[in-house]
Amino acid sequence: VTATTTPRKASSRRFRFNWVDGFLWFIRITALIIIAVGLTGSIQKFAGGEGPTLEGWRELVISSITTGFMYGLIALGYSMVYGVLGFINFAHGEVFMSGIMVGVVMSSIMFESGFWDANPWLSLAIILLVAMLVSVGIAILAERIAYRSLRGAPRLIPLITSIGVSFFLQYAFAGLFGVQARTYPPAPGNIGDDIIIFGIPVAGTKVLVIGVALATMVVLWLFVTRTKTGRAMRAVAEDKEIAGLMGINVDRTIVTTFALGGAMAGVAGLMWALLFRVVEFSSGFLPGIKAFTAAVLGGIGNIPGALLGGVVLGLFEGVGPLLILDGLGIPAVSQLKNAVGFAALVLVLLFRPTGLLGEQLGSEDRA
Amino acid sequence: MKDFPYVRMMGLSAGVSMSFVGAIGMVESFNSRTLIEPFLSLGTFTLYGIVFVAGYAAARGRPNPLEPPVHDAKAGLATGLVVGLLAGVTTALFVLLIDVLDPSEHFPNMRPAMVDAMTFDLGVPTGLLVIIAISAGVAGFAGALHGLSERNRRGASAAILTILAFAFFEQVVADILDFADFVVDFLYTPTGALQPWSAVIVGALAWWLALRYQGRLTEFSERVRESEPKSRLRRTLILSGIALAIILPMVLGLIVNELLVNVALFILMGLGLNIVVGYAGLLDLGYVAFFAVGAYGTAVLTSTSDTGVNFGLNWWLALPIVMVLAAIAGLLVGTPVIRMRGDYLAIVTLGFGEIVRILLLSDWLTPLFGGAQGIRRIPGIPVPFKGEVGGTEPQLFIYVTMIFVAAAAYISYRSQNSRVGRAWAAMREDEDVAEAIGVGTVRAKLLAFISGAMIASFAGALFSAKVGTVFTNSFDVFVSIIILVIVIVGGMGSIPGVIVGAVVLIGVLGGPKQPGLLQEFSEYKLLIYGAILVFMMLKRPEGLIPSVRRSRELHHEELSQDAWLDKGGSFADDEQESAEV
Repeated sequence: VTATTTPRKASSRRFRFNWVDGFLWFIRITALIIIAVGLTGSIQKFAGGEGPTLEGWRELVISSITTGFMYGLIALGYSMVYGVLGFINFAHGEVFMSGIMVGVVMSSIMFESGFWDANPWLSLAIILLVAMLVSVGIAILAERIAYRSLRGAPRLIPLITSIGVSFFLQYAFAGLFGVQARTYPPAPGNIGDDIIIFGIPVAGTKVLVIGVALATMVVLWLFVTRTKTGRAMRAVAEDKEIAGLMGINVDRTIVTTFALGGAMAGVAGLMWALLFRVVEFSSGFLPGIKAFTAAVLGGIGNIPGALLGGVVLGLFEGVGPLLILDGLGIPAVSQLKNAVGFAALVLVLLFRPTGLLGEQLGSEDRA
Repeated sequence: MKDFPYVRMMGLSAGVSMSFVGAIGMVESFNSRTLIEPFLSLGTFTLYGIVFVAGYAAARGRPNPLEPPVHDAKAGLATGLVVGLLAGVTTALFVLLIDVLDPSEHFPNMRPAMVDAMTFDLGVPTGLLVIIAISAGVAGFAGALHGLSERNRRGASAAILTILAFAFFEQVVADILDFADFVVDFLYTPTGALQPWSAVIVGALAWWLALRYQGRLTEFSERVRESEPKSRLRRTLILSGIALAIILPMVLGLIVNELLVNVALFILMGLGLNIVVGYAGLLDLGYVAFFAVGAYGTAVLTSTSDTGVNFGLNWWLALPIVMVLAAIAGLLVGTPVIRMRGDYLAIVTLGFGEIVRILLLSDWLTPLFGGAQGIRRIPGIPVPFKGEVGGTEPQLFIYVTMIFVAAAAYISYRSQNSRVGRAWAAMREDEDVAEAIGVGTVRAKLLAFISGAMIASFAGALFSAKVGTVFTNSFDVFVSIIILVIVIVGGMGSIPGVIVGAVVLIGVLGGPKQPGLLQEFSEYKLLIYGAILVFMMLKRPEGLIPSVRRSRELHHEELSQDAWLDKGGSFADDEQESAEV
């Protein structure tokens, strides 16, 4: 059933040049020219003494990287579900949001009682645990109620369903927690203080965020490559039916995949609590789409790729507007940050649809 | 009760749903509207509607194709009572919890007022027993309905639905019966709730009519379904539909007509998206971008304000220019995504939609599009003998809109069986095979995007003439999603489906910014849209009025899987099926 497509496509396209290809090349080249012109313009400006100072740039790069790590962790949820089931779980951004929403209630209770500043590490651990538990719970519930019975359906059906789940969750949380934004208390104790690394002062929260992201990543990597469950996941990604015949419990493996994605989203939730702090019911939507971009950028289904994609995207949208658009003479470039993020997605898919590190998909999904 | 786990599951999920509905504040805010005087408010209806449905479904038993459902009054009553008790106790415990803890500091809707709303102001111990009693009674009643004969069950459902329709659509009924004020005064209270006696009368009438004409109605709909596409019957039906559409706005009042204009705009966009999603199978989540191009294009071309760039053109002159702009936009969005996989395409188009909105809002393009200020002073549509018709005269504006709806419906209808329509169908079913047999998929995809974009630009042009001022917040991603819900609820690829979908969803629930007939829903609109989307995908992916071909595709998939399992891996049935197609 599956081995019908790939070879023919490659050979027939190589010798044909039609106007669509021409147009695509035109877009690619125009994009490159715009980037080049913008870069030279910005560099001239900076050489003339305009723009942020060196410290300003350093701050920008560091915060872009930390944001990127957060995107990367959310992206893992997309990537693993896509690898195993072949569908984009559009509601994953809301899985992330659910964790931070419950976390913010928890944190304000702890803050008011003085627990927050008295036991800084313990409170952060509690927030992490709460965010992870809630995100995992929501992810598993969504899988059980909405996605499970759609496994054999045409691939757009589960995607449309997940859009419905996404909106349902957003407005369910709006109803439960209210529509107004809430704020996490500032980082407890001395966690937020600057730490000097190679003579550069970096906010402690950012160091913590990067450390947690890397540690989580290593744990996940070991889990997927070294444990029996991880092997089952890869087997299910390769071929569900055969994996089932080999005695793997496909249902349970898929639930595990969703749970892992939810747990990663929970970790990303802690980072949000430390970095951005402001939370509302729609907080998951944009990070969700950005994280999907990161997953595609790194190569969907590829675990280290997701984190790399996150960092690259974070840098691109953090530094890109200032570095490229500013040079084109566009005013108030920071307004266009999200547009740059989306443009990055389009450009990635135009230049390298398999992502930076290549896709690792099951054979069912390569078509 | 042979299937207790199922009954327990139904009871508990009904209880959780009821608690959820209470927790998000739905009951409290819906209680402001009374449906039937004095006892049934919209909040009560929502709360106990859940347990009614659960009781009925549990008494029918787990859906099982091998065993026909059992219809037995006593067993149904017992099952219903158990479901109702479980649901009622769950809800009561939840209310008790809220009452004791009062978490309103963190959960603003879980406050004492909500407890009062759920317990009918009776306070905690008494009110909780009332919740349990009503929920058991309602579910038991629903279960006992299974004791009625097939005919009477239909009569009962007709009666219930008619009463609800009269209660919900009070405004429409009052408008239609405008010439007979005394009937309206008899039926409704001054605040617009149904009088208890009129509920009884209306229900009995509907029951009687259902008993009398049920057979003929099914016979008739059977005949319509069997008839050829161009038969006399279908033509008569379509003509009477058009006649109804022409007469209805004259009868209805200002508010309902305003609503109809919104519905018509969404029908228009639904028809456009239907070409892209329903015919060509390209999931476009950024469809609002084309709507925005139409609206902003018209605004820039026709606006007479002193600020920014504007041309002050006549609306009819601006329209062709806007159409060309939209076609270019369709080409620009369509070309980069042509080689992308279906799901990547969805996210990328979503990205395009957001890019357009961000650009419209940015300082960079403010000189052209006004940024957050938007574009003001957009004149209406010049109509012979009537001057400029704008949103202040919905009774006239609706007809202008209808012309475009009719045009879009005609274009959709004709393209369905044309060369490109067949190319779309082939591409939707299997792109590789379509390409292999010589279908020009590139051309087909681009044509789908362009025609979808042009239809959306009609809607945009009408929208800006209607509202007179365009802001970017009318063009966020929710618009795209709501149009998608319309197409899916109606049935992908089905023109009557899109019309019914828009009337039901936009007319009742309302659009992204526009209120519907049930204005109380506005806060929970997107929650309900999300739930509807999930429900439709799980239970009826082909939509309310399915297109024959599309539903065959969807069920073909299931069929072939079952066949594959049954026959130990051979696709014998599958081949037969495709031979029939």
